[in-house]
Amino acid sequence: MRRIVFALAFLLTTTLAQAIDPLPFANEAEEQRFQALARELRCLVCQNQNIADSDAGLAKDLRNEVFEMMRAGKSDDEIRQFLVDRYGDFVLYDPPFKAVTLVLWVGPILILIVGFAIARNMMLRGGPHPDLPGPIDDKVDR
Amino acid sequence: MRYLIPLLLFLGLGVLLFSGLGKDTRYVPSPLIDKPAAAFVLPELRDNTRSIDAKQFTGTPYLLNVWGSWCVACQQEHPVLMAYAKTKKIPLVGLNWKDDNETALRWLAALGDPYDAIPVDADGRVAIDYGVYGAPETFLIDGNGVIRFKQVGPLTPEIIATEIEPRLATMGVK
Repeated sequence: MRRIVFALAFLLTTTLAQAIDPLPFANEAEEQRFQALARELRCLVCQNQNIADSDAGLAKDLRNEVFEMMRAGKSDDEIRQFLVDRYGDFVLYDPPFKAVTLVLWVGPILILIVGFAIARNMMLRGGPHPDLPGPIDDKVDR
Repeated sequence: MRYLIPLLLFLGLGVLLFSGLGKDTRYVPSPLIDKPAAAFVLPELRDNTRSIDAKQFTGTPYLLNVWGSWCVACQQEHPVLMAYAKTKKIPLVGLNWKDDNETALRWLAALGDPYDAIPVDADGRVAIDYGVYGAPETFLIDGNGVIRFKQVGPLTPEIIATEIEPRLATMGVK
């Protein structure tokens, strides 16, 4: 039991920790802007983490780069574009809708539609199973 | 007929999943192919009084190999680079990425030094410009300073034969 409590406590500490290495933010607004931006950028070394959460060396470099670009007065879009130019759309957790990412965006919807169509066909085609009682007929007097 | 559609769907899914089996999920296609290689001026590892300017390589095709003494796969790749350097076909530039100079020099002393130039990218700035996300990575850059091919992971004799040599042939290097 105690072990479990300790394990859970550790989980809490990791979610509470924000940036791993503190950057010299001038104010809270700047920090929030940075955190929002870093959270939508993928760390390419540890691909299922964003650069805000990752402890990898490259993620740290990218955080510094993003921070310096913010300081240099670059807009969020300019910063995103800087990284996309170098690492491709893959660096964005919210990839843009275009020819290469078409399957990514449309695929799941397509599969859902096909699934519904199949389910509908199966339900309509069979009709009631012969062994089951038919639909209750309200008009029958008792 | 009744089972045809589920069968087709199953086969479709099977083909999709099977095609993904051999793929390296860490591979990220680079948007930098056919784009000009980023400029840099960095100190030379073996002589820190000199600096290396990316511009000095324009005119001939060359390989830019990103390495670090901390990188295990680089060690595995190293004999391939040593062998390729002996052919003296094109210059081999070794971008030393986020490394310690002393350790890097010792690493080269132990394993051999195949490089014609070693720019030191200690803070990883230049590597970001090249979209590097893991060492080793190797770029084939043509005489106009345009990136033609990028290899993520160690170079092998096969990759040199199938990816690099044919491209060099089109650039007039035999």
